[in-house]
Amino acid sequence: MTLPEGNPETNSAVAAAPAERQWSAQPHPSPVSPTFDEITRRRAKEIIARYPVARSALLPLLHLVQSVEGFVSQDGIRFCAETLELTTAEVSAVATFYTMYKRTPCGEHLVSVCTNTLCAALGGDAIYERLKAKLGIGHEETVGEPGTTGSLTLEHAECLAACDLAPVIQVNYEYYDNQSVASAEALVDALRRGEKPPPTRGAPLTDLRTVELELAGFTDDPVAAAAAVAGPSAAVETLRGVQLAAERGWVAPAMPAEHPALPPLPEK
Amino acid sequence: MSTPENTGPGPDPLTPVLTRRWTAERSWTLESYEELDGYQALRTALAAHPDQLITLVKDSGLRGRGGAGFPTGMKWSFIPQGSSGPGAKPKYLVINADEGEPGTCKDIPTMMADPHSLIEGCIITSYAIRANFCAIYVRGEALHPIRRLRAAVAEAYAKGYLGTDILGSGFDLDIVVHAGAGAYICGEETALLDSLEGRRGQPRLKPPFPATAGLYASPTVVNNVETIASVPAIVAGGSAWFREMGSEKSPGPKIYSVSGHVVRPGQYEAPMGITLRRLLELAGGMKDGIPLKFWTPGGSSTPMFTAEHLDVPLDFEGAAGAGSMLGTTAVQVFNETVSVPWAVMKWTEFYKHESCGKCTPCREGTYWLEQILERMVHGEGTASDIETMLDICDNILGRSFCALGDGATSPITSGIKYFRQEFLDLVAQQPVVARPQQLADMERAERTISTSLSGASA
Repeated sequence: MTLPEGNPETNSAVAAAPAERQWSAQPHPSPVSPTFDEITRRRAKEIIARYPVARSALLPLLHLVQSVEGFVSQDGIRFCAETLELTTAEVSAVATFYTMYKRTPCGEHLVSVCTNTLCAALGGDAIYERLKAKLGIGHEETVGEPGTTGSLTLEHAECLAACDLAPVIQVNYEYYDNQSVASAEALVDALRRGEKPPPTRGAPLTDLRTVELELAGFTDDPVAAAAAVAGPSAAVETLRGVQLAAERGWVAPAMPAEHPALPPLPEK
Repeated sequence: MSTPENTGPGPDPLTPVLTRRWTAERSWTLESYEELDGYQALRTALAAHPDQLITLVKDSGLRGRGGAGFPTGMKWSFIPQGSSGPGAKPKYLVINADEGEPGTCKDIPTMMADPHSLIEGCIITSYAIRANFCAIYVRGEALHPIRRLRAAVAEAYAKGYLGTDILGSGFDLDIVVHAGAGAYICGEETALLDSLEGRRGQPRLKPPFPATAGLYASPTVVNNVETIASVPAIVAGGSAWFREMGSEKSPGPKIYSVSGHVVRPGQYEAPMGITLRRLLELAGGMKDGIPLKFWTPGGSSTPMFTAEHLDVPLDFEGAAGAGSMLGTTAVQVFNETVSVPWAVMKWTEFYKHESCGKCTPCREGTYWLEQILERMVHGEGTASDIETMLDICDNILGRSFCALGDGATSPITSGIKYFRQEFLDLVAQQPVVARPQQLADMERAERTISTSLSGASA
């Protein structure tokens, strides 16, 4: 077998090399930065200070960006990149990997319907289909002007780890347990009217931006934050085992009265 | 149905240890926790030598509650210690609270109801492995647990249980509650570490294992919430007490999360080795009396069981012996109204969505498996689909980068193993649907295959 002379590039009639382009550096600080005010910048520094290595702050920083913008825009990506001295490509790679970072403006509320197998079998699929039809939107789409009162973004979610309370919906990551098509419709109706029905487990409902700020580790209102911590958590289902044990008098074997002596140091 | 009674000499049918504080008034507060003996184990632990604690946990036989069941004390003992070489690096404790395996719902109620048990466990564990920084990686959607944990961490700092020179011991520890951002793969320990380092959550090649090169390439222990929340009780009760529950190789209590078509779904903490028959009795039996069809012993990544497995002891050995895995003891119960091919399709959609894309078998395999199953469920299956799926599963299992790919095959292979006829019937009852585009593709493929590869163009 004989090989042709040269290679495809040199044999080509037209030059294969792309035209050279001059890339200009971003002016520093970049013009987008004013979106993120002084308090946001200070919070970003606080987040970084929590970790032994700065880059660990990237996920909370992206939550912080969402609390400011309602989603992660290209500006938000540049803000994170500047803060952590990363490239925008490195930040984009992370922002696009995770489901909770939204790349388009979101509503006041995020409604997540679990459609994983168990919830779906118990009615989650029917709930999601009904809400889609009712609101006229699909996955990660928004009804209403993003950010305004009563606007909401719908999504179908993977397992929300509340299977004993299936089917579940989360609004801004607060749990609405044991839902039905009717209760889910009533829930979104109320949200659309600007009401904030209390979740079955979690804090009094706020909005997506407030919650994103909380995920980043901050709160604007200490009184509300204390009330949020005290929000209900123990559903009937959660406590069934403990209560059944109490009713029947079942207990774990009794612990010794004093802490038992620890085993001796192993010989080296 | 007969009422379950404690007949033998063993422990009671339910043994609340991790769940024992859940009904207390404001159970999540430090005040409530301390009233119920909280932070007493910490004092005992800090008075001991760290290696004594590692030996204690080894002796207790505690095994990881996140699914794999690795012996916890052994994991801790792998952390290199010493003032030179790898032991000189900082050590880290990372808590895997990225609960998301379908069916699993034990860590979230634990962190909401009793966050201090986890925090006390973190302090004891960090002291044992000589870590001064601990991160609790909680899935982002678990907002209320994050809130409760952060409030509890703040209380612990204020009381001197965290920070510098804890209770005058000279031991320092900082805990950060880190919110994830929605990626099931981050429950895989090395993907979790990458995510915690601010990267895409994709698994790392092992070795090196996290014990030698984990967070920031330093020695790291990664443990599940339920595992670490068990530690204070082991210090307080001793290894012999812990072993009064469960079996020789799978000792201790375990939270069984019963969900699905049962009368009373919920969290039931029992000695390891309880059977589904017993759990169903406790949960009031099958809902509306409709018979059991299939169930998972520990989440969707554990091969499904059927009514013939009612008496399989649900501990690590029992579940494995019957061809599945204990996993996270997420017992999802499905009755006869649920189609197995449909359920398998839903689970496969999940794995396809959550596949991180790093390795080809998982990324491409789940992509094709989902399409085959959706086609089948929507009325266009073919007789060869079952064998094609098994073939794809065979090319994923053991060939993917991490356990997500392996787990993705579990519902399919076990579903076909126990319900092959249902898949065949589904395909058989479907009208033959003309699919001109696909037929054209097949013809083209056949032409290509029959072309001899002589080097010349056909």
